[in-house]
Amino acid sequence: MLQIVTRKFFEVLFFVLFITFVSFLFVRLAPGDPVLTILNVDELSVSQEQVEALRDDMGFNKPLLVQYGLWLMNFIQFDFGLSYATGQPVLDMIIMGLPATIELAAGALFVMLLVSIPLGSLSALYRNSWIDQISRLLSILGAAIPSFWLGLILIDLFGVRLHLLPTMGRDGIISLVLPSLTLGLAISSVYVRLLRSSLLDSLSQEFIRASRARGLSESRIFFAHALRHSLPPVITVFGVSLGSLIGGVVVIEVLFAYPGIGKLVVDAIRQRDYPLIQGYILIMAIIVFIVNTCVDLSYRYLNPEMKLKERETK
Amino acid sequence: MTGLSIRLPRAKKHRFQAVTAFVFLVFFSAVFIYTFLYLRHDPTLTDLDRRLLGMSLQHPFGTDQLGRDVMTRLLLGGQQTIGYSLLALIVALLIGVPFGLISGYQRGIVDRVFMRMGDAFLAFPDTIVAIVLSGLLGPGIGNLVLAIVMVKWVSYARLVRSTVLAESQKDYVLIARINGLSPRKIMRKHLLPHVVGHVLVLASLDLGKIILLISAFSYIGLGAQPPMPEWGAMLNEARPYFETRPELMIYPGLAIVSVVLLTNMLGDYFRDRFDVKKEERQ
Repeated sequence: MLQIVTRKFFEVLFFVLFITFVSFLFVRLAPGDPVLTILNVDELSVSQEQVEALRDDMGFNKPLLVQYGLWLMNFIQFDFGLSYATGQPVLDMIIMGLPATIELAAGALFVMLLVSIPLGSLSALYRNSWIDQISRLLSILGAAIPSFWLGLILIDLFGVRLHLLPTMGRDGIISLVLPSLTLGLAISSVYVRLLRSSLLDSLSQEFIRASRARGLSESRIFFAHALRHSLPPVITVFGVSLGSLIGGVVVIEVLFAYPGIGKLVVDAIRQRDYPLIQGYILIMAIIVFIVNTCVDLSYRYLNPEMKLKERETK
Repeated sequence: MTGLSIRLPRAKKHRFQAVTAFVFLVFFSAVFIYTFLYLRHDPTLTDLDRRLLGMSLQHPFGTDQLGRDVMTRLLLGGQQTIGYSLLALIVALLIGVPFGLISGYQRGIVDRVFMRMGDAFLAFPDTIVAIVLSGLLGPGIGNLVLAIVMVKWVSYARLVRSTVLAESQKDYVLIARINGLSPRKIMRKHLLPHVVGHVLVLASLDLGKIILLISAFSYIGLGAQPPMPEWGAMLNEARPYFETRPELMIYPGLAIVSVVLLTNMLGDYFRDRFDVKKEERQ
């Protein structure tokens, strides 16, 4: 277990070092001068001395590697500096946005479960029936529909035409409905099919026949045995794609003007607000590290064979 | 025998789908390429007197909020969206496949360094890497393509590497080596043909995902920049006018959906055709 955690840690560490170094180079070599970006905020003309003074102040005149080292020291200490755009500490801005993003992700997961468990179960139980055909069609379409376009349609329908739901901002649980619905529907197409095939697999197993022979009711067989037996592979895939959920949140947040960290970073990118972008990278690295480690550990918990295999290969 | 009788209709059905998808894709590409040669309207010429017009002979799909011909922009948008997606995919293949071949065949330090790097890159979800990279490089379609290449080449290299690892243990490669064939020749003549099918499957399934990624990023303003007629960017530009002119939302969206649907169909066909694992399972 310790081995897995350290391995994951070094993977993420390597990625962060690589990406921050490359980014550092790019930022320093990029055409847009951050000093000018800061000074031009108010559209006032600036003198050459002011530019040089600020450049000295921010350490841009030191050698590149020294700059990177200094920056890295601050980075590790969670000191990302102040946002160029708002002047607030970057860490505060990210911590403010984080709960909103987590709420949205949780909402999307909820919708995903609400859609995929009943639809997946029904299409496995009534294989090749109309409901199975519909769910197949929906999953094929679901893989081809861009989530932001789905969101636009939902906004148009429920927000603009029916005036039922708020379409932007974050104001109570009601404003969470449309974004969660969009993201949840977008990701559920995979799980419907996955749960279906996993269920079909377990429904054809011996223990189901044995349960029938024991005279258990069909509903009991389904919920207590078949469904339970079908969940591990679904959870496995879910763990792997948790990352793409974190990514998908960004587009949805921008679409619904939802004040999470995804929208924060996209705004930062538009304004070339590098401290904020770099803060986002570290936070994402931490989240990815936690998620990946948990997923890896849960594999071993769900699937004890893996431990045995590892021992054999050693 | 039963397995065969089940498999045959399925393969046939998929072949029909694949042929349909292929025909449509060729048709679309022909249309997109033709647009390039002959344009009835300037895709970026704004004409405020003619804004938000309905369907007419002159403008089959009407005009947008700036009076630009929607059909011209849709067709050119296809060029942009699909063209850049293909560009990203091909560059990723050109980097990933040779790297995987060398890494899998030569092993050694190259392989170990690469594996570590790949692990690190694959640990992060595509979208996050793309956001981080376009964040650092600045918004724009070129940088987005670069970001996608950086994300995708690793998975191709990984796939090729694992196939090569298994394949180079086989006798015919050993014989080729005993006969004194250079590693380059072995890789090109013996290993590459084994890899092509797998790569084709992954690539065709990836193309749809890349198209979705590019249009989504263009929608949130990190990809193609207006006035460039990219489908995602078109949706972004027209958003304030959806209430009065919902078609402006429908056309580019349907265009994305249909193209991704077609590439996915093609990908499914390739997967059934080339997926060795599936054959073994059945």
